[in-house]
Parts: sequence; C-alpha cells; structure tokens
Amino acid sequence: MAETTTVVQIADAALLGEKGAARVQRRRRRQSQTRKGIVWRTLIATVVAIAVIFPLYWMLVVAFSPRGEVFEPGLRLWPSTLTLENFAKVFDRVPVIDWLGNSVVIGVIVTALTVFVNLLAGYAFARLRFGGRNAVFILALATMMIPVQAIMVAQFKLVSGLGIYGTYWGVILPGAAAAFGIFLARQFFIGIPDEIIEAARIDGAGHFRIFLQVVLPLCKPLIAVLTLLTLMGSWNDFAWPLIALNDNALFTLPIGLLYLKNQTSPDYNAIMALALISVLPMVLLFIFFQRYFVQGFARSGIK
Amino acid sequence: MTSVSTRDRGAVASPRPRAGQRTARLRESLVGWGFAAPNLVLMSLFLFVPIIWALILSFQETKGFGDPEWVGLENYGTLVSDPVFWQSLGQTIIFTLVTVPIELLGGLGLAVLLNSVLPARGVFRTAIVLPMVISGVASGMIAVIMFYESNGLVNKILNAIGLDSVGWQSEGAPAMMSVMIAAIWLRLGFNMIIYLAGLQSISPELYEAARIDGASRWQQFRSVTVPLVGPSTFFLLIMNVIASFQVFDLIFVMTGGGPGNSTSVLVTYAYRNGFQIREQGYGAAIGIVILIITLIFTFIQWKTSRTRDLAE
Repeated sequence: MAETTTVVQIADAALLGEKGAARVQRRRRRQSQTRKGIVWRTLIATVVAIAVIFPLYWMLVVAFSPRGEVFEPGLRLWPSTLTLENFAKVFDRVPVIDWLGNSVVIGVIVTALTVFVNLLAGYAFARLRFGGRNAVFILALATMMIPVQAIMVAQFKLVSGLGIYGTYWGVILPGAAAAFGIFLARQFFIGIPDEIIEAARIDGAGHFRIFLQVVLPLCKPLIAVLTLLTLMGSWNDFAWPLIALNDNALFTLPIGLLYLKNQTSPDYNAIMALALISVLPMVLLFIFFQRYFVQGFARSGIK
Repeated sequence: MTSVSTRDRGAVASPRPRAGQRTARLRESLVGWGFAAPNLVLMSLFLFVPIIWALILSFQETKGFGDPEWVGLENYGTLVSDPVFWQSLGQTIIFTLVTVPIELLGGLGLAVLLNSVLPARGVFRTAIVLPMVISGVASGMIAVIMFYESNGLVNKILNAIGLDSVGWQSEGAPAMMSVMIAAIWLRLGFNMIIYLAGLQSISPELYEAARIDGASRWQQFRSVTVPLVGPSTFFLLIMNVIASFQVFDLIFVMTGGGPGNSTSVLVTYAYRNGFQIREQGYGAAIGIVILIITLIFTFIQWKTSRTRDLAE
C-alpha cells in the first residue's frame, strides 16, 4: 500500500481527511493515553516552539530597543524602554517606501504572470493531446531543479543583452520563468470531471473560453495556493534581484536590507527594524491564509 | 479532488467521421502548444538559453572589458587544481550531511509529537512552521545579531551558564555551525509539515494491530511509522539535499564565505568568481558543476517517481 501512495495523496489525506487522525486520537486516548504523557509532550512542544519562535522575538526586541543596548554587557531579554527611533532612522536614511513599493510591484507582476502561464500550461498538459507533450512536460519539471547560481553569469549577460538589466523587467521575466505551478495545476485539472468540459464543448465553447469561464472558476483553491506560494517566493527572493538590480531606488526589501547592513558602521537596531518591515507582510499573509499555505506546501509535494 | 490520479485522461473526442477527426486532432495539437507556449517561451529564454550560454562561457576566459577568449577546458583544469573549489565542494557536502539528517529526524519527531493528543496543537504547529515564510536574508540578519561575537545574545547566554564565548565570526568551525543552525531553523517547519501529512495517511488499524501484538511505542514507531512515511522521507531527502547544495542567502549574509574560506560553498564561490572577482568564465564553470550535481539528483528523483507511477 505504501508503494502505491503518492505524496500528493498523502497530503490530501492529511489536509482533507482529518477524520482519520481524529479517529486515531480517540482510540489512543481511550487506550493508553495517560495524563502524564500529555503533560510531558506539552512540555517538550512548548520548549521547541519557544526555541523556534525566539529568533523572531529577538528581532522585535532589537527593533524596539534603544541603539546598541542589546550589545551592552549583561544578559537582558527585553528592551529597557520601547522606542520607535530605529524605525524613524530607517525611514530617514533609506528609501523604505520605494523598496516596499518595488517588492510589491515585482511580487504582484511576477505572481500574476507566473500563475497565469502556469495555469495555461498545466491545462494543456492535463487536458489537451499534442505531440511531444510528455517529453516537454518532463523537461519543464526538470527546470525546477536548476539553481539560479548555476546559470547566473549567463542569465546576467542575457538580461544585459536584452537591455533590461537594472529594470523591473530584468527581475520579473526571469522570475516568471518557472515550472513550479505547472505540476500542481496539471494534477488539479486532471481531477476535473470530463462531463463539465464536454458539456461546454457541446455548447460550442472554444478551448480558451472553456479554460477561462468553466475551468478557472472551479479552481479557486488551486489559484489561491499558487498565488500565495509564488508571491512568497518572489517576495523573499534574493540571489537574482541582487544580480539584476544596481540602482538603489529599484531595490527590493531583501536587497535593501543587505544595503543597510553594508553601510560603514552597521546599525543593527535599524537593520532589525527594516527586517521587521520586510517580513511582516508575509507573516500576516501566512497567518490569515494559513490553511492554504500549509496545503500548498504539502501539495507541492511531488515535483 | 481527494484522490488525484496521475493517469492521463487526455481530452475526450466525440465520435466523428475520420477526416474530421484528423482535423480535430490537429486543432487540439495546435491549441495545446498554444496553451503551453507562454510558459515554454519564458523558460526557454531565461533557463535553457542561459544553460547553453553558461556552457559556452565555461570554455572562455573574460579579461576585463576585452573580448572573451576561447580557452577550451582550461577553466575546468583550473577548477581541479583550485584548493578553494575543493574546499567549497567539501563544505557543501559537509553542510548537506549535517543539516539534512537533522532536518529529517527533527521534522519527523516534531510531526509525531504534534500529531498526538496535545492541547493547542494548532498554535504549536503555527509557531514551528512560521520561520518558513521568513526570507533567507532576514533570517541571516537575525542570526548575525544573535551570533555576534562580542556581546551577542548567544555568547551572553553561554557566559551566563558558565561557558566561554565562541568565535562565531572569527573561527571557521563555529562560523559553519552558526550557518547550519540558521538553515535548520529555517527548514524544520517544512519537514514537519510534509511528515505530518504523511503520518495522517497511516491507517489507525495498523497501530491497533501492533498494540495487540504487544509492540511497545518505540517498536510501533520503528516498524509502522518509519516505513509508512517512506514516500515523505524520500521526497524530503531530495528537497533538502537540493536546498543544501543551493544554500546561498544565509551564508552570503551571515559570513560571506568567511572567515578565510571556511564557510564558502559552491554557490557562494560561483557568485564570488562571477560577480566579485569577475572571472565570469570560471564562475560559469563552477555553475556547470553545480548543474551537473543537481541534474543527477533530478534524474534519481524522476526515475523513482516514474516507478511509483507505474506501480499505481
């Protein structure tokens, strides 16, 4: 049974069928669940969770502490006074609003473009028959394993040659050249009942109309997952924007963070204030759309 | 959507006369290529063209602003006799060998823990998964501050419990350790999530049967849990190995490959040659090596997932 189960199926079982897990728990509780066991497990989970969250707490502490305080001698785990001076300094010294804007613009365009072309391609690989389909599909999947660092010199030359070096498009187009969503989309489209598409066909709709008006409305969860994962990938991307951007006004937040650190005497309080600004949107997104995030990660299961 | 089969159904063709069928098939073929085209054009231009270009570059030497010179295999020859390349490769392997097992074991352990009866399970899960959404750069910055050598928090805590400060920035081994810790922190949640998904697909009856046979908790874990999360383990192994071979943001931000070259890995060394020293041909050659290693892993995965499809 184990050999015939794919990771996607496992993920499905996990995400959609919490019932099974609930059953295990009920049974376990009835049988050998002692109060002591629960106490121990809670204790361990608490310790691990605190250890994992602590660095994020420390980011907050440093961001809201008076300058240099965390590096003074003596162990201090919270700020003596809460201050906003680090944020004021960041806004004063570097173009935070520009960087935030760049991250948003690049993130939104990369995401819209990637999700759209991935959905189209996923539909083709799932529902349309064409020569060379399987070979191209495998080739597309293989590209997911190409590390940007392996081809970055050539990519840099290409982008320079195309005249888009140091522009939004120099970041966006290579960023959108992703096969990541194709597999996910294909899996989803294969699961759509033939009858729905057949019925639209009989009504005389073309493939593109079927795709836009029949298939896409059925795929909201898929689109949500793809959107969140792509947006997060683009938002956090570092290596490529570092290479493709040279004008400080066009930096994205991660590059801006590095820029702030590379100043002659790094002000770590200010850096943490900017780090907080840069991670907050994704943390909020994660908390609001947690279910989709988790689902997306688990489902991106098979590559 | 609960059970997606990987089997193709293809398009449904309604019965038509033969000639009409042929045109229909041709039309479907054109539509198919048309649908795939935008994605394929982007990938061809920004991935396939650069791969071929990287290969060509790796046979060239670029000197300043002059024209590149064809040097054949010279870059690869330099690579073989370059101690920093071997050091970087070795450190990439060490990084992988240390972080991947910890991520797998830690992920499985946490998944088992958080799959059991526990108050506020959701809160614990969220907390442990959260680092996954933090960028490598921000994580690196946080780590820089925590591992700061003079009066950083980690050293202060070590001092408080009576230990000496550690040279996180001045000594090679501790520097590497600090990067590994940051990487594990960043990736543990992903491993836990995938394992959690794997665990929840295991039928409770199996545990029941094992208990009736008198299996202890440990025996149940060894003989039921571990084998049955095999597909998750396999998938995570591939993902973790590839991520480890490509670790860049953390090292770039935390140590820049230093002190000396003691945290240099293949991708940071490729970046250094390509963009800092500006030996682009040499940087491209290192890139080709990274690509070959990555392709080997991709190939293994493809082979295995194909057998899995056939088994279905």
